[in-house]
Amino acid sequence: MHHLVIIGNGISGVTCARHVRKRSNCRITIVSSESAHFFSRTALMYIYMGHLRYEHTKPYEDGFWAKNKIELLQKHVVQVMTGPKELVFSDGSTLAYDQLVIASGSRPNTFSWPGHDLPGVQGLYSLQDLQRLENRTPHIRRAVIVGGGLIGIELAEMLHSRRIPVTFLVRERHFWGSVLPAEEARMISRHIGEHHIDLRPQTELAQIKGDAASGVQAVVTKAGEEIPCEFVGVTAGVTPNIGFLQDSGIRTDRGVLVNGFFETSVPDVYAIGDCAQYQSPPTGRKPVEQVWYTGRMHGETLALTLTGKRTPYTPGHWFNSAKFLDIEYQTYGQVGNTLGENEATFYWEHPGGRKSLRVNYHPQRRQVIGFNAFGIRLRHEVCDRWLTEKRPVEYVISHLQEANFDPEFYRRHEKEIANAFARHREQPAGAVLT
Amino acid sequence: MAALEKIGLSLFVVALAGFLWAFGTSHYRLTPEVVRQSISDTAHYARLEPALRPLLGVEYTSNVAFVGDVKEAINRVNDDFKNKGQRDRVIYNDYTFRLTKNAGSGILVRNPWLWFSLIFGLAVAGGLLYAASRYTRQPAGIQNNGIFFRSLTSRGWLGILLGVFLIAFYVILYWFPEYITNWLVLVDPLSRAISGKPASQWFLYGVLYTLVILVLGVRMILKYRHSRYQTIRTGSVMFFQTAFAFLIPEILVLLNQPWYDFKNIWPLDYDFFYAYNLNQLVQSGSFGLFMLMWGILLIIVAVPVITYFYGKRWYCSWVCGCGGLAETMGDPYRQLSDKSLKAWKVERWTVHGVLVFAVGMTVITLINYFSSYQLLGGLTGEVQKTYGFVIGAGFAGVVGTGFYPFMGSRVWCRFGCPLAAYLGLVQRFKSRFRITTNGGQCISCGNCSTYCEMGIDVRWYAQRGQNIVRSSCVGCGICAAVCPRGVLKLENGPEAGRFNEQPILIGNAGVRLQE
Repeated sequence: MHHLVIIGNGISGVTCARHVRKRSNCRITIVSSESAHFFSRTALMYIYMGHLRYEHTKPYEDGFWAKNKIELLQKHVVQVMTGPKELVFSDGSTLAYDQLVIASGSRPNTFSWPGHDLPGVQGLYSLQDLQRLENRTPHIRRAVIVGGGLIGIELAEMLHSRRIPVTFLVRERHFWGSVLPAEEARMISRHIGEHHIDLRPQTELAQIKGDAASGVQAVVTKAGEEIPCEFVGVTAGVTPNIGFLQDSGIRTDRGVLVNGFFETSVPDVYAIGDCAQYQSPPTGRKPVEQVWYTGRMHGETLALTLTGKRTPYTPGHWFNSAKFLDIEYQTYGQVGNTLGENEATFYWEHPGGRKSLRVNYHPQRRQVIGFNAFGIRLRHEVCDRWLTEKRPVEYVISHLQEANFDPEFYRRHEKEIANAFARHREQPAGAVLT
Repeated sequence: MAALEKIGLSLFVVALAGFLWAFGTSHYRLTPEVVRQSISDTAHYARLEPALRPLLGVEYTSNVAFVGDVKEAINRVNDDFKNKGQRDRVIYNDYTFRLTKNAGSGILVRNPWLWFSLIFGLAVAGGLLYAASRYTRQPAGIQNNGIFFRSLTSRGWLGILLGVFLIAFYVILYWFPEYITNWLVLVDPLSRAISGKPASQWFLYGVLYTLVILVLGVRMILKYRHSRYQTIRTGSVMFFQTAFAFLIPEILVLLNQPWYDFKNIWPLDYDFFYAYNLNQLVQSGSFGLFMLMWGILLIIVAVPVITYFYGKRWYCSWVCGCGGLAETMGDPYRQLSDKSLKAWKVERWTVHGVLVFAVGMTVITLINYFSSYQLLGGLTGEVQKTYGFVIGAGFAGVVGTGFYPFMGSRVWCRFGCPLAAYLGLVQRFKSRFRITTNGGQCISCGNCSTYCEMGIDVRWYAQRGQNIVRSSCVGCGICAAVCPRGVLKLENGPEAGRFNEQPILIGNAGVRLQE
């Protein structure tokens, strides 16, 4: 029987397997050394915080896999032999495949600071990382987090939930300034302060001090300040996890190079998710997409190709979401940290400083380009439709109630937003708040 | 732990210790006066008094010993009648309870207001202080940190202890009230002040139940103060418990009307059609008839109509007393409900089984009633007794609340409540209510499923972009609150497309066009 082998049991690999199973009776094996079953990586933080247990992060019951004839193999792939079409595992055993999907995800970026390999210095990506964190952090007096992105703020929230004082080093002027416009970045920075997390903008790490026996003891910033700490979280991005492909003959760059059909340079070998790198990215997309949702879409798309319906990856409008401590964030379409050419922006912030809405649009054609919502939930379907229909910003503002997804009885702000927008229109063109 | 939190907890523990101390603090001495006062039926008095005579004047320091001796004396009388074949003379009235309550003496009996205020006041003050300190220390937001690390909320030894305590409390309350007469002494003055009658064990239960819902309702409001849905909903269960379940029925008694809870609906209110209740309502004039009509209208009009517009949440998580307790005292245990497919299968059998049982029992009862007790006379009594024991007391009370720390806050509502089953059938097949999922935003984290007190695997629907239409959903809205990505929304809308059985996750234009 035709054998499809998928390396990686994350959202990309598992989505691919499920969708192949819907359309085919072929033999499917998912290989992962990380965990016996698929779990939600985005939920790792909640295990550490005591909101969930590991078993709660598994989206399917353990019996689901056998019922759907998806074989699970908890082994570590050390080599891919594309000639004989075989995987070699760390225990020396092998597994033959007819088709191979590489969905091996990411690993945290590492840097060459002095002391970067001391015990107590780590990123947060895998179940094993979580275990190391669990082992290291009881009774520590302070943790330092380096790198202000989504994993950084999650790690800060996790440690804070255990009442461990956190110092958070961020290179930009505000938290996640590389992605968020200044107003939103400022708002989140304020909220981080509200939780008594010691946010240090424009601060970079120079050195980690400590010894091999007791691990990290302090960090030193580029400004020369020494901060005593027993844990350093390195959360400055992730990189494709493809070390095991070195001698496979599969072409790689930062990630596994794929075309628009997730096909690699070797026939019958595909790559999806965090570890794939588009040779020519779809319009408006980065070459490597490291988001839950893109991984899922890769899996859905590739499943069609694998089952005989060769389908290119054509993602719709960009969307993403996150939660910064207590403030939820949703984004639809394109909203950069600065305005591009032919982009204008309207920004409204609630006086309470925990809610905001931004709508970017084309200054002449008026069509809406993107949304940023903080503390307000927006309806994905409506925002997506407005982007497709290229609705004018005026239409969007006057129909905002259609896009509201907040629970019943929540305070609504459509009127305030419309008033603010009326004032915004009276401003001379180009006079945009930053 | 902050200082105020510790003080609050200490006050509560002191009050709990006081409550337990009150359980066994009185002395008991039977006097001719007490016997006369407790056995008002002269025939019964004549039969029992001689047997109780040896106990007169004996001073007991333990209620267990006293109750034992009184029971033995009464049993001896009854056994005697049985041996002689005089079964009609056997006394079934529970005089042990009244005798024990009236025979008590000591500082509680001398000063019940003082001890009531001290014990209940300290408990309330301590609980409020603890909740206020604990939940306002952090900015408003989801406050579930450490739930699975705490013994009380993760089936640890504290949780087991609490479960055992609750189970024991319910067993004593239902079947051995003669042992808790001291607690009744505490609330006696309050009962007399409201209804003019001495406190029964049900009055004590009502006081405790209402106070728990009020104090832990405040806790719930503080915990979810960022969510207007949760604060308004909690206010609603606090109001309905205090006004409808507690005060109004007692005031009705004061006005010589039947005790009636205007929000309790058959078949949860399983004895609504029992002969004694029908007779009482019919004999209470136009107001009694109004109550009868009201009860029937709730069943045949309110349930289907309101459930059509708002789902069963209008009752289960906004009005109901069992729901009120689950949503306040039960909130710390909601994550312990079983989410497995197997549990769902079991649930469908049991909850609909109880509904069939309740309906069957009521049909038999009514046939018996309208045939002037000619048909099914003995059977009716047996079926009613079985239902009352197994379902009314055992399932709804002992298991329903006692299992909070083991299986979550909605064991009764999910597996047993016949009204929930009825509401659920309407919600599933004829309602505008559903939980909508927000496009492709789900990250499968599992918070929604974990915190669903009804054990619905919400994530299973959310991650495939499908609306959640489940008969068991009580609409508490916690799934939407704990979702970190704004995926879930409780909505009422047109019936068309409510089930969206071919869901599409927004975001992947290629797959959407192809499929």
